Amino acid sequence: MNIVENFDLFAPRLINKKELLSPGHRACSGCGEVLAVRLMCKALGENTVIASATGCMEIISSMFPTTAWEVPWIHVAFENAASVASGIEAGLKALRKKGKIDDRYVKVVGMGGDGATMDIGFQALSGAMERGHDMIYVCFDNEAYMNTGIQRSSGTPMGASTTTAPAGKVSMGQKTWKKNMPEIMVAHGIPYVATACPSYPLDFIRKMEKAKSIKGPSYIHCFSMCPTGWRSPSHTAISMGRLAVETGAFPLYEVENGHYHLSSEMPKKFKPIKDYFKPQGRFRHLTADEIEMIQERVNIEYKKLVEKAKYLKI
Amino acid sequence: MGKRIGMEVAVAVAEAVGLCNIDMAAVYPITPQSHIAEHLSDLVADGRIDAEFVTVESEHSAMSAVIGASGTGARSYTATSSQGLMYMHELLPIASAMRLPICMAIANRAVSGPLNILNDHTDIMPQRDSGWISIFVENGQEAIDMSIMSFKIAEHKDVMLPVNVNIDGFQLTHMVEPFEMPTQEEVNQFLPPFVPHATLHPSKPVTMGAFAMSDYFAEIMKAKDEALKNSKKVILDVWNEWGKLFGRKYQPVETYKIEDADVLMLTMGSMGETAQIAIDELRAKGVKAGLVKLRLWRPFPLAEIKAVLKNAKKLIVTDRAISFGGPGGPVFSEVKSALYAEAKRPLIYNYIYGLGGRDMAVKDFTGMFEKVLADTTNQEADTYEFWGVRE
Ligand SMILES: Cc1ncc(C[n+]2csc(CCOP(=O)(O)OP(=O)(O)O)c2C)c(N)n1
Ligand code: SF4
Ligand SMILES: [Mg+2]
Repeated sequence: MNIVENFDLFAPRLINKKELLSPGHRACSGCGEVLAVRLMCKALGENTVIASATGCMEIISSMFPTTAWEVPWIHVAFENAASVASGIEAGLKALRKKGKIDDRYVKVVGMGGDGATMDIGFQALSGAMERGHDMIYVCFDNEAYMNTGIQRSSGTPMGASTTTAPAGKVSMGQKTWKKNMPEIMVAHGIPYVATACPSYPLDFIRKMEKAKSIKGPSYIHCFSMCPTGWRSPSHTAISMGRLAVETGAFPLYEVENGHYHLSSEMPKKFKPIKDYFKPQGRFRHLTADEIEMIQERVNIEYKKLVEKAKYLKI
Repeated sequence: MGKRIGMEVAVAVAEAVGLCNIDMAAVYPITPQSHIAEHLSDLVADGRIDAEFVTVESEHSAMSAVIGASGTGARSYTATSSQGLMYMHELLPIASAMRLPICMAIANRAVSGPLNILNDHTDIMPQRDSGWISIFVENGQEAIDMSIMSFKIAEHKDVMLPVNVNIDGFQLTHMVEPFEMPTQEEVNQFLPPFVPHATLHPSKPVTMGAFAMSDYFAEIMKAKDEALKNSKKVILDVWNEWGKLFGRKYQPVETYKIEDADVLMLTMGSMGETAQIAIDELRAKGVKAGLVKLRLWRPFPLAEIKAVLKNAKKLIVTDRAISFGGPGGPVFSEVKSALYAEAKRPLIYNYIYGLGGRDMAVKDFTGMFEKVLADTTNQEADTYEFWGVRE
């Protein structure tokens, strides 16, 4: 039985009722990213400090003199959430050791969008992961620079139309394949890497909790639906996340100490990628051939993942 | 009283910081700062200081990490130079706006291009308007004293601003000099523990680094400006206290033989010592020359500058940085604007010198005086001159 099918029955008992990201923030209606952040907070609980990069989630949550954050939270700049988090971890460690703060264990979390993580903050993240800080880094990947107006990033998928890689008479939009960020994190040899999506809240929360239990660096790559940037109606966010998983465009898996495990949410048989593309304005211009080319790539990438899960299993 | 020792200045600065019970340091190596970074890591490795030492992957991350650590209430330190400082640039006004008492040594070095590793002030000048307290030192003793005092100033509840201590790269950082190193007991007595008013801890959740639009931004800027201006009182108090404890008294503006001087020179940093010898030589020849050394760059000591400069007939302001296409060097522009409203003020000359480590001997300083004294036009040139630069 797929637990998500009985969500109404289980959810109230499985999910922390306390809201650590309070309502009243300024996210667009139907924003999948802010839903993911809210779920992340529920999984992390109160003994958490968050360092956030500049981006949608920072702007919508911290308009001075108000704040949506019920946990300690800091924003410094766009590209340095991971380094700020490293400093927080070091500071708390030193103060705790010297008895200058109470002895409770506090989890430090860095968070940023795909731009903050995969592009401009790539070096800072790589450094923080390599140094082995006891922290979680969560990338909220909505596949473009949404905060500044839907510009392409290295997380934008092939064929998507963005404001800096627009579809045009001689362009299909994004002409590059999405950077495989989780794989790059696995290559850092860190204890835990996982992909997640708020359309599968229990899976996401379980992965966050696992990351929280690990003493050392972990990385969660969270697919974050953005109706505004994807040019799809605001009520479609959850189904869009489901379709991304059900078509194999965004597979859910985790990697523990280099060993792969495909999440139980992964279907045995995928829907065609066009089912996922169809409701989204950013893919509307794609021709059948272009869709076919992307479909082939999705198949190959998933096959590689299945192989890894077979030979490098947990 | 502390011990008299001889040591390389960069190493001594790390030793001095080691006496300050820091909780965290994040550094990235760059010449000529690297001996500070290396010696700090030695101190941690040998267990002589109990601090988290984060070997970040860049200066941008060094400043980011000390911002994060300082946000938790940890006493946090970093050091850099030149390209490293330029790389940190984005974060400097954020650190001061967040009112984080971070302390940083800058081993001043020329900024590229072309690449050059030697000393001038082209790295610190672009950081001038970052909202940091900025202090220049002339010798190793000052570097040690100012490094220790910087924590007390930065963390004072009426200040809560970051401080940078500018130590001329190589010309000062790599000199072996004799000086007095305070003892651990003396520093413990002088420097109270840091008591932050808000920290990143779940016991009392706070939001730091919020987003502020036009309805609040200007007020936050004004508050920062006022805090920086008001910090002067605390700076003077801390320097006075130090003077009483250790006998070394510091002023925002130091003077040498200015009382009867007709012509003054103003310097910043280690060149003051060479200029001082030039003054002695000129005095021996009967020239009434005097020297003014600017120690406190931010907050700018306006009243003190006016008081010591306004009675001279001629003033030579020296700069070790350029404001390309501007009216003069950065120090010159500030000094000139400080004196502008004075009914009586000297004719002001500006020399830009010692760029990228270009040697400056005593004769260069006497040469500047001679040139200025020979000028009988009685008119202020509306431009600056490069000293010792081939055409
Ligand atoms: C150094 C720097 N460059 C550019 C920007 C402008 N900027 C702010 S947020 C942003 C895009 C954020 O994109 P992403 O990280 O994907 O987060 P999202 O808003 O999509 O959630 C950009 C380009 C900045 N703040 N700082
Ligand atoms: S632009 Fe997208 S990610 Fe940003 S708040 Fe709106 S829906 Fe959310
Ligand atoms: Mg994005």
